[in-house]
Amino acid sequence: MNGFDLQGLFTFWSRRWDDILELALQHIAVVALSVLLATVIGVLIGIAVWNRPVPRSLTIAAAGVALTIPSLALLALITPVFGLGWTPTVISLIFYSLLPIVRNTAVGLREVSPAIMESAKGMGMSPAKILFTIQLPIAWPIILTGVRVAAQLTIGIAAIAAYVAGPGLGQLIFQGLSSLGSKNALNFALSGTLGVVILALLVDGAFVLITRLTTSRGLRV
Amino acid sequence: MSDSTATRATTDAASADSTQSGVAITLDKVTKVYPGQETPAVDDFSMSVRPGELVMFVGPSGCGKTTTMKMINRIIEPSSGSIAIDGRDVLSLNPNELRRHIGYVIQQIGLFPHMTIAENIAVVPRLLGWSKQKIADRVDELLQTVQLDPGTFAARYPKQLSGGQQQRVGVARALAADPPVMLMDEPFGATDPITREKLQAEFLRLQESIGKTIIFVTHDFDEAIRLGDRIAVLSDRSQIEQFDTPANILSGPANDYVRSFIGQGAALKRLALIPVTDAKLKAASGASGVPSVPVEASLRDALDALVLAGVPAIDVVDGDGRAVGAVSVEAISEVLGAELPGVPPAGA
Repeated sequence: MNGFDLQGLFTFWSRRWDDILELALQHIAVVALSVLLATVIGVLIGIAVWNRPVPRSLTIAAAGVALTIPSLALLALITPVFGLGWTPTVISLIFYSLLPIVRNTAVGLREVSPAIMESAKGMGMSPAKILFTIQLPIAWPIILTGVRVAAQLTIGIAAIAAYVAGPGLGQLIFQGLSSLGSKNALNFALSGTLGVVILALLVDGAFVLITRLTTSRGLRV
Repeated sequence: MSDSTATRATTDAASADSTQSGVAITLDKVTKVYPGQETPAVDDFSMSVRPGELVMFVGPSGCGKTTTMKMINRIIEPSSGSIAIDGRDVLSLNPNELRRHIGYVIQQIGLFPHMTIAENIAVVPRLLGWSKQKIADRVDELLQTVQLDPGTFAARYPKQLSGGQQQRVGVARALAADPPVMLMDEPFGATDPITREKLQAEFLRLQESIGKTIIFVTHDFDEAIRLGDRIAVLSDRSQIEQFDTPANILSGPANDYVRSFIGQGAALKRLALIPVTDAKLKAASGASGVPSVPVEASLRDALDALVLAGVPAIDVVDGDGRAVGAVSVEAISEVLGAELPGVPPAGA
């Protein structure tokens, strides 16, 4: 095995930057799609169970089960049903994203202070109106944090999806791992890994911005 | 402060005319039993509240006064009995619709942190479908009424306001849709004593001009004396020990329980409710530079000044500084003596 060749890495990048970029964009796309769908599903579930103790515990436990299943195993399990590529990737990424989103939604809605809930009720708001105009806006920063955690999780897990021919930078990593010993094996693996790390940082930064922009000024600490 | 309580006694009769917008509230044998508990929290409570009246519910923690109040707007549903506002049975109305026409102020205020002050106040008007312009005008009007400058405060958020300011916004918010009835649960309880005194004074002034029917829950008997048109002294299971005007309760407590609320200094507390002009004034000394009391003061202010100055009599001066008479300690005692039922006035 050769020692690490930095010059070789730069040459590698200058020759394949368009491929790398395309994979990076695919990676972002599959993560964005999955997290978006998971947010819609997760927030709806959170809204349904936030004030019902038994359903709430059950759904949070169920969502938590996902995190105990190794991602490789989950992908392998669903491939016979859903095939290869985007579909199993998106499905398993949604599954992993649900726990932080559902739990944060339920917790965020519950933590709205009783004084606020009572005064909203005393003013003649129906429970649905209170949910949408009072609770959700107040819980929004907490929910968004759940989405941010989910995004961080899925950026990493999405790399593993390459195992089922899923999109994204994982393909670079796997190409490198499966061709160990060849000239560019290390470069492939490194590029994929670095790309995932950079994406994670960028996405986190984007969430900081989104949180600032969408949170009411009255709520910002 | 104490001057407005003195004049309030004389304007009681006047308050039941055109300036009041309140309606009558009737509670008939209202009971609340929580499941699993054998004693009711509220047991067979009956009361008639007149339009424009400010009724205080006073009692120790846990006596059921807040529970009773919360049944009027059905935050808590009664187990049995009936409640009527302006003759209409509360239990037959849609609860949300009912609450939009009842002002509700709680101790922790509960301002919505994600909305500006203006948006907070606008909540009920928007629920009722008012036009934007009408809402904006109303917000300005209410902020001025609670002595917060609209230009400064309308666009601020609750976290930028002090406790006393938040409390005022809470009252403004409850008044927004001009409800005929207001329910207030220890609204000034979470503020410091100085702010509370100011808020009470402003509230009295406000009630004089708007005259709504208000149920005001407090555990502070002195607050009840100061603010209420009538006071209901409540004991366990929300039993009414006495329901009467502050003056009547102070001069004639119904039983030892009520007496325990009054505590020491009942006579002094009564004096705070009586204007100094009720006493027989002697000729004024007319001397300048000596202590005096304004003509709007109460008898307690006069006694306070007399004790401080150590003189037998003190001048009462009007707004232009002219002495209209002099009040002495004997004259003050005579007022109290004259109020005792069955005792002939001394030195007539």
